[in-house]
Amino acid sequence: MRKIFAYPQSLTPSPMHYCPGCTHGTIHRMVAESLDELGLRERAVGIAPVGCSVLAYDYFNCDMFEASHGRAPAVATGAKRCRPDLIVFTYQGDGDLASIGTAEIIHAANRGEKVTVIFVNNAIYGMTGGQMAPTTMPGQITTTCPFGRDPGHEGYPIRMVELLSTLKTPAYLARVAVHTPLHTIQAKQAIREAFRLQAQDVCFTMVEILSTCPTNWGLTNTESNKWLEENMVPFYPLGVLKRPGTDDE
Amino acid sequence: MKGCEAIGEAAIRAGCRNFFGYPITPQTEVPEYLAKRFPEVGGSFVQAESEVAAINMLYGGAGVGKRVLTTSSSPGISLMAEGLSYVAACHLPVVLVNIVRAGPGLGGILPAQSDYLQATKGHGHGDYKLVVLAPSSVQEAVDLIYEAFDLADHYLTPVMVMGDGMIGQMMEPVEFPPERDLGDLPTKPWAATGAVGRKPNIINSLYLKEEECHANNVKLKEKYDRIEKKEKRSESYACRGDDLDVLVVAYGTMARICKTAADELKNKDTDKIGIFRPISLWPYPYEALAKQAQKAKKILVVEMSMGQMVDDVKLAVLGTRPIEFYGLTGGLVPSPDDVADRLRGMLN
Repeated sequence: MRKIFAYPQSLTPSPMHYCPGCTHGTIHRMVAESLDELGLRERAVGIAPVGCSVLAYDYFNCDMFEASHGRAPAVATGAKRCRPDLIVFTYQGDGDLASIGTAEIIHAANRGEKVTVIFVNNAIYGMTGGQMAPTTMPGQITTTCPFGRDPGHEGYPIRMVELLSTLKTPAYLARVAVHTPLHTIQAKQAIREAFRLQAQDVCFTMVEILSTCPTNWGLTNTESNKWLEENMVPFYPLGVLKRPGTDDE
Repeated sequence: MKGCEAIGEAAIRAGCRNFFGYPITPQTEVPEYLAKRFPEVGGSFVQAESEVAAINMLYGGAGVGKRVLTTSSSPGISLMAEGLSYVAACHLPVVLVNIVRAGPGLGGILPAQSDYLQATKGHGHGDYKLVVLAPSSVQEAVDLIYEAFDLADHYLTPVMVMGDGMIGQMMEPVEFPPERDLGDLPTKPWAATGAVGRKPNIINSLYLKEEECHANNVKLKEKYDRIEKKEKRSESYACRGDDLDVLVVAYGTMARICKTAADELKNKDTDKIGIFRPISLWPYPYEALAKQAQKAKKILVVEMSMGQMVDDVKLAVLGTRPIEFYGLTGGLVPSPDDVADRLRGMLN
């Protein structure tokens, strides 16, 4: 009998702490499957900074760093520059990457660090219990914008992939989502492509993944998927914004 | 050779091939030197976007098992506080250099010794310590940088070489130690180098269970106890005989100036001025200082600060001798005459 489906080698059997309906588990699995399929697990070093996924070192079955809030791209820079033969990835949330860590992500991207950034955007701070993130949607209620995010007071959400796509250096920038099976398949393809490019020594790759947070959104899983589709996707368009060879003027 | 350049070269001799740093006066000649020199030895130089990023790059580089260096000056070192706490908590070996300039705030770019408390007592959050070595010449800076990498690797801890702006900016002849064979550097089986044929290595300072977090603190404390036992360094100058009129306590370049002052007094006033120079500011050489202090009637602490080391001298002497302080800061450097005048005042 032929085995056609198995638990990824790049994941540990440890049960995950994520809330029911949270998409971190799905995204972890897609990263792990990509490492497995490309044969990169034994060269992989992951970096998970502060956020819901700070415990990712318990789940990824490869060498891992925990890092301080927002600094994963700098840690990745240090690791990759010291050991260019490693496959280095960061796994960051939107509070981490789009707020406290904006300097680190912009400059890692602009230096063209040969690392892969997995950017999970669920439009809220999950770990600290649902505060406003730079990515929170206009009108979205959080504990620190209890009357809904007011763009006149807090500005509009930051589109990180678009912001980074203004830079000439980065090689691959994509935005995907995981609220339907079809989108999840496309997300996996983008993650795998980012790692494949890194393995070919291509510079900075990042995949932003629109993700749900049913607990802090105060919605059921199904409602969350619908909310993502109706609110996030129109503001955060899906697709590949930059790939190698598209900015070679 | 200029101090900053000699520091860069010493790091190369010690087997360091990865530098991450941000320009700040008066240490910018270190990154400038390494940016030029590293390509000749196969090193990698990265100009970080900030000191915050630089220390985290060190965290990543040390975590994958390489000898890594950053250099900065006071305000930049402040920005590294958070990252350094993580480095210490994860038991990672890194070497950093602080070429101290006058503070607080933006202060000034001239030499000072006003980061003593930050380096030895405070800095980042949590129960951690930094090994702090203070050279008083360019040659000693070279020797201590070379040694700092070994200390860091041996104890798996961050080590700081702290010099005032004069150490970075003055030129002196130096002799470099032999270049370390990169193949002979300590192996680091704990490093995150790819999980080939072993369980994953994890570089982590998060312990959500209180017993585990406490256990890491105990592990750190035991390491610091070992360092305190073995790594105290100091120098005594002109502490001959059993009775000194004054024992001067000073470190770094200030100690050199005090030696000149003591030599000046020797010819006209008294030959009973001794100098005690702590070389390791942490661990502080309390016992060696206490021994010399017993010979003296009085003690004078001289610093280019408002007296940040005085408390440590008090702890060494435990109230048995009167302690006076003399210092200038803000970029003012006490001259040998200034110190000699102050000493003359204490003799009468």
